[in-house]
Amino acid sequence: MAQQIFAYILHKNGVADDSALELVAAAKKIDAGAKVTAIVTGTGAPLDALCKEMAASYSSVWKIDNAAVAYPNAEVIRKILVKLIPKGSILLCPHNTFGMDLAPGLSIKLDASFVSDVVAIEGIDGSNLKVIRQEFSGQVSTHILCDISNGAVVNTRPGSFKADESKSAGGAVTDKSSEAGDLSAKRRYLELVEAQVGDVDITKSDILVSVGRGIGEKDNIPVAEELAKAMGGDVSCSRPIVDAKWLDKSRQVGTSGKTVKPKVYMALGISGSFQHLGGLKGSPFIVAVNKNVKAPIFQVANVGVVEDMIEFMPVLTEKISESK
Amino acid sequence: MEILVCVKRVPDTAENEIKINSDGTDIERDDLVYSVNEWDNYAVEEAIQIRDRVGGAVTVATIGDKDSEEILRREMAMGADKGILISDDAFEGSDGKGISKILAAEVKKGKYDLILTGAQADDGAGQIGGMLAAILDLPYASIVNKIETVDSKKIKVGREVEGGNQEMNEIEMPCVLSIQTGINEPRYVGIRGIRKVASIEIPVHKAKDLGVDAASVGAAGAKVKRVDYFVPPAGKGADIIEGSAEEKADKLIELLKAKGGIK
Repeated sequence: MAQQIFAYILHKNGVADDSALELVAAAKKIDAGAKVTAIVTGTGAPLDALCKEMAASYSSVWKIDNAAVAYPNAEVIRKILVKLIPKGSILLCPHNTFGMDLAPGLSIKLDASFVSDVVAIEGIDGSNLKVIRQEFSGQVSTHILCDISNGAVVNTRPGSFKADESKSAGGAVTDKSSEAGDLSAKRRYLELVEAQVGDVDITKSDILVSVGRGIGEKDNIPVAEELAKAMGGDVSCSRPIVDAKWLDKSRQVGTSGKTVKPKVYMALGISGSFQHLGGLKGSPFIVAVNKNVKAPIFQVANVGVVEDMIEFMPVLTEKISESK
Repeated sequence: MEILVCVKRVPDTAENEIKINSDGTDIERDDLVYSVNEWDNYAVEEAIQIRDRVGGAVTVATIGDKDSEEILRREMAMGADKGILISDDAFEGSDGKGISKILAAEVKKGKYDLILTGAQADDGAGQIGGMLAAILDLPYASIVNKIETVDSKKIKVGREVEGGNQEMNEIEMPCVLSIQTGINEPRYVGIRGIRKVASIEIPVHKAKDLGVDAASVGAAGAKVKRVDYFVPPAGKGADIIEGSAEEKADKLIELLKAKGGIK
């Protein structure tokens, strides 16, 4: 394949994001023999160390050292990438809050195609890249043909590609800092406001009774609390419950909430979006209770109960109390 | 402040099982209820709250057919001042870039300080806001969960980032923001409210009104195309507990006890 493949390496103070090695795997799905270039932006010694580390996995590493990108402001980084990436190239990015900020606009500026939140890459099909995405919160999948004749920006879903740990690229680091161009931007990063720890720290809970949209109304929250009490656990939830202000943000499990590692996770009325499941670590025993038998949560749960959670919760609570 | 909010009519699939049609070209839509995309609804609420604080007007625009008018009226019943239906056969089959080009042409017809979209819609791509900003050469911030008005030139926005953290930014206007759910509590819209705006005329803008080259949008201009819908072969999946609700509860309790799920 004639096209050059690039990967944008996201990191925190020199510590690579998990996506850094996932993008190696994704690039190989496009072209097994590709010589992939990693682009790493940042500043100082942590950047130098990360570039060296990435050279083990990428044939080439482009380093851009500038204080303006000490924090990854997508508005600035987009300008750098437009300047550095040759027309017609393919750029891989993680589809996280940074990639979502950066990539759609970048595809416009590069006059390249954009395909978002890719979960699998099937390969090249003529002038197209064939990929798989999901729609309707993961309930259905779609094959997508993305015309790459003018290049493409491809955002891959975190965790969808298995990190390539082979570290056999033996690449070299090139300092491209002087080619970055004008780094002025109309958006200025101010600060990161850390999430609050709530009244209960769900990251420390062994047993979580987690409720989602299926709970229907706020008045049903105490019913879940009763169940959690009977089980000796705590109540957590998925995003819609926090959006509705029925529970505090500190109770939310997911990539935009808390990462939890309980022994037992009971998901009630939760469909099981990848953002929610992204907050679940440590291989808990997962029980899914959902009236929709097709809910994606049943694909990841160990045990499933097809019931309306509102009717099932009191039955379960009462039986647990009786069994004690 | 003049605010434009781009909205989309989508099927409500949150609590419904989605089926794919026999040839895999679409989902079965007949039994689905359509409404405004949830993210967009938060964006409209935010726009209304900003207008109520600092003055100005809120315009809602959508690309779609005649059916999409109903969501414009719904958002006008919430408090948006104007609605615009962007509609042309030439727009059908547009990819994200096509949609963004059409919206950019609409934006250029007005004089907006703030352009809002939802952070994502039914296809989960989350691409329109960023593309729109780039076409218009305006600053952009995605996944916004807080907006503070500062002065007539700039605003402060919070972006929702990983781990529930909030990234604060200062951004110059005019700018484009994609709005995350939970930024506010969208007000309830009753049937009476919708009746009140039922007779307001909603202008329809076609490709020629916007100066959009029909060949650069729609299916003809699309470089990213959906081939089919499919349901991936199911994995092992959960062991489904059968029986009456009581029997299921009994069996589940045994399993929970074995796994340390009941203290």
